[in-house]
Amino acid sequence: MPYRRYTTKLVGLFAAGLLAFNFPVVGLLDTRASVGGIPLAYLLLFLSWGVFIILLIRIVSRHPGNKGTRHE
Amino acid sequence: MSKVLIISVSLGYLLLLFVLAYWAERRGRWHQSLVSNPWVYALSLGVYCTAWTFYGSVGQAATGGLRFLPIFLGPSLAAPIWLLVMRKMIIISKHQRITSIADFLSSRYGKSTSMGVLTALVAVIGIVPYISIQLKAISQSYLLLSGQTTGTEWPFYLDPAFYITLLLALFIILFGTRNLDPNERHEGMVAAIAFESLFKLIIFLAVGLFVVFGLFNGFGPLFEQGFRDASIAQTFRLDQAQVTGWEWFWMIALSMGAIFLLPRQFHVAVVENTDPDHLTKSAWLLPLYLLLINVLVIPIAVGGLILFPGSNIDPDTFVLSIPLETGHTQMALLAGLGGFSAASGMVIVSVIALSIMINNQLVLPLIFKPRWPGMDIRGSLKLPLLTIRRIAMLVVMILAYWFFRVVAREYTLVSIGLISFTAIAQFAPALFAGMYWKQANKAGAIAGVSIGFLMWAFLLPASTLIEAGILPGSVFGLQPFWEDWMAYSDNARIAHTAFWSLLFNAGALFLGAMYRKPTPLEITQADLFVDIYKYAEAKGAYQVIRRKARIGDLRRVMVRFLGKPKTKVILEGYHRRSGHPIGDHDTGQSELINLAETHLAGAIGASSAKAVMASIVKDDPMGLEEMFQILEQTQEILQYSQELERKSRELEQTSQQLRQANEKLKELDKLKAEFIATVTHELRTPITSIKAMSKILLDNPEVSGEQRTEFLRILVAESERIARLINQVLDIEQIDNQLDDPPVPVDLVPLVRQSVQGVQAMVEDRRISVDLDLPEGSLRVLGNRDRLTQVVMNLLSNALKFTDPDQGEIRINLREEGHQALISVGDNGKGIAPDKQKLIFEKFTQVSDQQQGKPAGSGLGLFITRKIVEQHRGQIMLTSSPGAGTEFTVALPKFLVPVDAFTWR
Repeated sequence: MPYRRYTTKLVGLFAAGLLAFNFPVVGLLDTRASVGGIPLAYLLLFLSWGVFIILLIRIVSRHPGNKGTRHE
Repeated sequence: MSKVLIISVSLGYLLLLFVLAYWAERRGRWHQSLVSNPWVYALSLGVYCTAWTFYGSVGQAATGGLRFLPIFLGPSLAAPIWLLVMRKMIIISKHQRITSIADFLSSRYGKSTSMGVLTALVAVIGIVPYISIQLKAISQSYLLLSGQTTGTEWPFYLDPAFYITLLLALFIILFGTRNLDPNERHEGMVAAIAFESLFKLIIFLAVGLFVVFGLFNGFGPLFEQGFRDASIAQTFRLDQAQVTGWEWFWMIALSMGAIFLLPRQFHVAVVENTDPDHLTKSAWLLPLYLLLINVLVIPIAVGGLILFPGSNIDPDTFVLSIPLETGHTQMALLAGLGGFSAASGMVIVSVIALSIMINNQLVLPLIFKPRWPGMDIRGSLKLPLLTIRRIAMLVVMILAYWFFRVVAREYTLVSIGLISFTAIAQFAPALFAGMYWKQANKAGAIAGVSIGFLMWAFLLPASTLIEAGILPGSVFGLQPFWEDWMAYSDNARIAHTAFWSLLFNAGALFLGAMYRKPTPLEITQADLFVDIYKYAEAKGAYQVIRRKARIGDLRRVMVRFLGKPKTKVILEGYHRRSGHPIGDHDTGQSELINLAETHLAGAIGASSAKAVMASIVKDDPMGLEEMFQILEQTQEILQYSQELERKSRELEQTSQQLRQANEKLKELDKLKAEFIATVTHELRTPITSIKAMSKILLDNPEVSGEQRTEFLRILVAESERIARLINQVLDIEQIDNQLDDPPVPVDLVPLVRQSVQGVQAMVEDRRISVDLDLPEGSLRVLGNRDRLTQVVMNLLSNALKFTDPDQGEIRINLREEGHQALISVGDNGKGIAPDKQKLIFEKFTQVSDQQQGKPAGSGLGLFITRKIVEQHRGQIMLTSSPGAGTEFTVALPKFLVPVDAFTWR
């Protein structure tokens, strides 16, 4: 059971990422604005990429099967 | 910069790789593996980043802004499912000893040689140009660093890129062919690749930081200058004018496919994997790696655009030319090494992966035709096979170099890379459907990959060759089409090709699965691939085909391909586990043959292994008759068990019925006992008084005449009571045993009148008024006259009994209502309490109360009445309330047919 939940979470993150990093959602970043001299589009794109990785780390590290040895 | 310096630094770097690889190889042999951990595994996956990343991304960013990103976003976004799919892919591959993506597809689709050939061809044609642009990058960076403009006019033997190609080939041959079975890992090669990944990342970050902080005093000033120039500011925009959403999506999709399907990715991720659990950590390490290697691409591009406004410096070379032009030659040399590491890593792994495919899928099937006659060749084939693989490596390298000399010079890193991605994407439908959909079959997979590949070849490479002037524009007689097609941008062409080729590819796969029958071997393999976790646990496979072979033959074949020591280990291991004999003259069963075939597949690929085994194994396919026999047996067993089930159900029903009958009997027995007890009790009361009176009369002869009369009167009354009781008990008996006489039509009008006359004497004793209401004519029912008379009499005597002797009123009414005849007998007595109304129709129930004591009667009258009425299919109803009198109504079905028209019996 926990394995199925884990799989669902991973597939969910995949789907969310695919949506978020494609047009039209990613097109929202198309802006001239900048924060502290750094262009906002560039900054936000890499920040959200980082957030995606952090979410993935959280899902993976909270799965009990991944703490020790193998699962299945 | 002097050529000698550049060449010696490059050679030094290569030497470092050799030493590192050699060291890792030794450590591996002593079981102190350097590479068996998730960090090295993740780094080796970084082979995804090639010269395309190192040089090309900056070039893309300088001309198209964030357009370079989808190629790296794709694998990152795929990571969550990459983790799941890869695990399955690795377990399948280890179970089947699969050594390349071509082997994977061939094995899945019935160990098909044609599938293997097709996949290997697509891979070679798709990847060789990709390798050639790595050589181009190496060559270009050498020319740039050494300050030469172009070197295309040189003959190849003066071209440094040619010698670098040869050196790389040497490395690949040394570290890529240690063992025949690629599943016995190339630890040295993996260590070198992981090192290269780390090296290129560090160098790229160093170049980026050097540009940002060394040349521009930080991000702020850099972007500030960038913002001043509108054309540069365009670089940080996600403008759909530079890349449409459609193109963006397809670049993400293609790169997602690439992380699964590229032969080099398959090689490092699957073949060189030592533990599937390493996937977990690398699933986020790889996206992190990609993020890090891209985060400074934009700053470098912006820096380059600011530094060289309007110059003719190719943005693809910014990573090198920025430090070079600003006079930082050591930085430039390092950058050149970084680019070299990115390019060489890709070349090394790709060539190893392709050579395994060429060897196992293209060359060996030509040698091992099924029923190969050369089985009696003495000696081991291990060395010749390794030689074939080495030659394949050299061929791939030379092909790539040739392609670079002839075509690739004209093209950017990115465009050729994307063309390769689109070719490799043609494996996606067959591969993913193969892992998750059992119905996918060989016919569909071959049709799909072929159609997809042909469309790709027509739309991308052919148009590229026309563009390069190698093919004439009038080729295929489609000049107008080519003109329109060339008008699209590179990215648009990639996106459209990907969409249409994959659409037809997947469609063909689907149609094949629907309309073509798979062979038994395809079914077995499909089941094994889709349900691999089941098989990996059970450590075995069921067999549709049974095979037999002499163990002597098996041993000979295994020794030839695997060498003596390994054969011994495998056979003895089998003997220990199964206990089957392994003497040369024993017969090996399916299980051993599968084991041997799997190990051979590791060395020479699934389809060749199948062909080799076919020469010594007697296929013992189940005959039709045998199959029918098994089917019949199954059928019989099924019927037998159904029969058993039915019997047991019947038995259960019978026992249920018996139980019910038993219970009913018990109940009846109880009722009988109760009845007898009550009857005897009722009999005892009058007998006791009769006995007492008689005794008094006997003992006292002097009793006065008056008293005697009184006693005798009581004696008579009590005797009558006994007689009545006995009569009624007999009546019940009679009614229970039922209607002895056939029913006849009975006219109720005279019947009721006579009954009233029968009680006339009792009425006259008291001052009771009787109101009789009878209809005109007749009202007939079917039944027994005496019984019906008894009903009316009972009701009348009951009414008489409970009315006040002085002011009593009795109403008798006979009428018809619908199909019923209704007789009601009412009185103005004290009535019956509602809680008693149900009870009075039961045996021996008498309504009594404190004031009046027990009324006269046996308590059987109303019970008998009800019984008779029910036997006449009628109903008896009671309306009463205390103090307001009681009315009984008997409803009987009317007799409708006139007597003369009715044939009785």
